[in-house]
Amino acid sequence: MAGAYSTLTDLTDYMDFQSLLRAEEGMVRQAAREFVNAEVLPIIEGHAQAMTFPRELIAKMGGLGFYGPTLPETYGCAGLSSVAYGLLMYELERGDSGLRSFASVQGSLVMWPIFAYGSEAQKQRWLPAMARGEKIGCFGLTEPDFGSNPAGMLTRAVKEGGKWRINGTKMWITNGSVADVALVWAKTEEGIRGFLVERGTPGFSAPEMKGKWSLRASVTSELVLEDVLVDEEASLLPGVKGLKGPLSCLTQARFGIAWGVLGAADACYQCALDYALHRVQFDKPIAGTQLQQQKLAWMVTELTKGQLLALQLGRLKDQGRATPAQVSMAKMNNVHSALEICRKARTILGANGILDEYPVMRHMANLESVYTYEGTHDMHTLIVGEEVTGLSAYR
Amino acid sequence: MKILVALKQVPDTETKVKVAPDGKSLDPTDVKWITGPYDEYALEEAIRIKEAGGAEVVALTVGDDRAKEVLRNALALGADSAVLLKGQPSDDPLAVAKMVASFLEGKGFDLVLLGNKGIGGDNAAVGPMLAEILGWGHANVVVKLEVKDGAFLADRETEGGLERVAGPLPAVVTAQKGLNEPRYASLKGIMAAKKKTIEELDGAGAPAVLSNAALALPPARPDGRKIEGDPATQARALLQLLKDEAKVF
Ligand SMILES: Cc1cc2nc3c(=O)[nH]c(=O)nc-3n(C[C@H](O)[C@H](O)[C@H](O)COP(=O)(O)OP(=O)(O)OC[C@H]3O[C@@H](n4cnc5c(N)ncnc54)[C@H](O)[C@@H]3O)c2cc1C
Repeated sequence: MAGAYSTLTDLTDYMDFQSLLRAEEGMVRQAAREFVNAEVLPIIEGHAQAMTFPRELIAKMGGLGFYGPTLPETYGCAGLSSVAYGLLMYELERGDSGLRSFASVQGSLVMWPIFAYGSEAQKQRWLPAMARGEKIGCFGLTEPDFGSNPAGMLTRAVKEGGKWRINGTKMWITNGSVADVALVWAKTEEGIRGFLVERGTPGFSAPEMKGKWSLRASVTSELVLEDVLVDEEASLLPGVKGLKGPLSCLTQARFGIAWGVLGAADACYQCALDYALHRVQFDKPIAGTQLQQQKLAWMVTELTKGQLLALQLGRLKDQGRATPAQVSMAKMNNVHSALEICRKARTILGANGILDEYPVMRHMANLESVYTYEGTHDMHTLIVGEEVTGLSAYR
Repeated sequence: MKILVALKQVPDTETKVKVAPDGKSLDPTDVKWITGPYDEYALEEAIRIKEAGGAEVVALTVGDDRAKEVLRNALALGADSAVLLKGQPSDDPLAVAKMVASFLEGKGFDLVLLGNKGIGGDNAAVGPMLAEILGWGHANVVVKLEVKDGAFLADRETEGGLERVAGPLPAVVTAQKGLNEPRYASLKGIMAAKKKTIEELDGAGAPAVLSNAALALPPARPDGRKIEGDPATQARALLQLLKDEAKVF
């Protein structure tokens, strides 16, 4: 409930980066924060333990406009700035990376490409319903044998009259088993192309992957496509050919990740700070010891640097000036810092750090996935390396 | 139907309140400001009336530039327009009620909704005073409201029960927890609010006759005591203390 007595502590803001926000950007963050405090925090540990996705939140988040919020109002979206979108991701991931992943995939990896590369009919069909959360999407790029190198993908689509026949297997696909539509990237004679494959299409299935120790409150699936026949007009995204298609979507989502992980880090930092102030050993709070202060000072410094990096990236993005390599730097740096912040928080909490009574271990484990997905930390390092040297070290 | 919702900006209930060096006001550093929680019920009710049957909802607050946040939030939640009555949100509820009353004059409002109290001051006075000044009917601490055919029907919380009061419009109604579940601002609402302007009017002309002379925090709670011994001894000691010291039996 948004009314009386909702918990309204605030985010960590050492350098007052919020003074650089526009009024409505702050309001978006506040709205998301209240939602997360009231609807997510009370239930999330249970879902993570049970390895279930909080499906009850899908429609609620849609009602508030959390999916594809930077897209225009004509498609039922809110038309937010990139920075406001980033702040939304920050607050959602303060709740859980799984929830942020859901929104990232829905908004940046499915709605955004339909908006950017889809036909008008495809946009009308999917965007308003996805914005409301009535339809769910997933993004199928990674394959069992092709992760960092998606250009090598084996999934094939062959044109047969007005239809396309798709064969292949995708793996590690967030939302796969709950999705109404999968954006499947497949190789064709004319390069990699994107296809919208609806749930229930003969030959298409999406079995859930089990046994994760990370992102447990998120659905991860395989996509199996055996002689799946789709109609060209409804399915093929006409506006893009080549690897640029999926990579441009990832640039959108990575931007949100660079913001989002700071929310998880903030939750862990605040938890550790509070714990350190109250945990007494050798007759004094452990926060008064040099070693723990070194950790806390490092944590808040990295968090602050990450916020300023993400903010400037957002401003560049809104001016149409952000480059993919800049987004790589922010994803690489912020996920790395966030994971380290969570790990340090874990140590400050001692044994309590491993319990689900505190959010720390859950966030820490979640970020291990975030470190790897949407381009591993190493790959983004190599992209930044290539950018500054002009030499590719990975191809 | 024209509804005015009068909102107050108050310190977040989570804020650790500190007294300023003057000894009579709140130290504003580190205070996070929010819309009064009871005012949120008032606003939600106005928006529901608008959604159900159509109404124009005007949000109003008395305060300075900082209080505009409350109005922007009200616009994001669905108020049609917003008015800032510029002036010090004074400690004197009568001064505030007079300012609101003079704003209302001649504007044809049918209903004024407010929280039954602001948090902090807890005077619970602006609503009733406003009704008195205007000569309108009034129901306070309302947990259920119906507005129809120029009249209202309100359930109000009373000691140990409910009281249903009926009266003609225009009227003043103050909201109590339970009246409704306030919604969250949607992102579309926030963006739509950006396009609406906040009208700023001079709220002067109602001098305060009351002012705070001193503000004090409740005394710090003494440290807890630990009762030692086996369970039976502990239970006996506790019972003794409850009888002799706490005098609950
Ligand atoms: C929970 C979860 C959800 C996911 N959701 C999705 C999704 O929705 N859609 C989707 O398409 N994918 C998704 N992924 C897949 C993710 O994007 C891939 O796991 C990621 O791209 C890395 O691929 P890989 O796991 O095959 O690792 P690999 O590419 O095999 O990499 C293994 C290691 O080798 C390193 N490495 C690889 N190449 C080089 C090189 N040239 N030089 C130096 N080091 C190198 C990597 O950095 C890494 O450390 C998800 C993954 C997870 C864990």
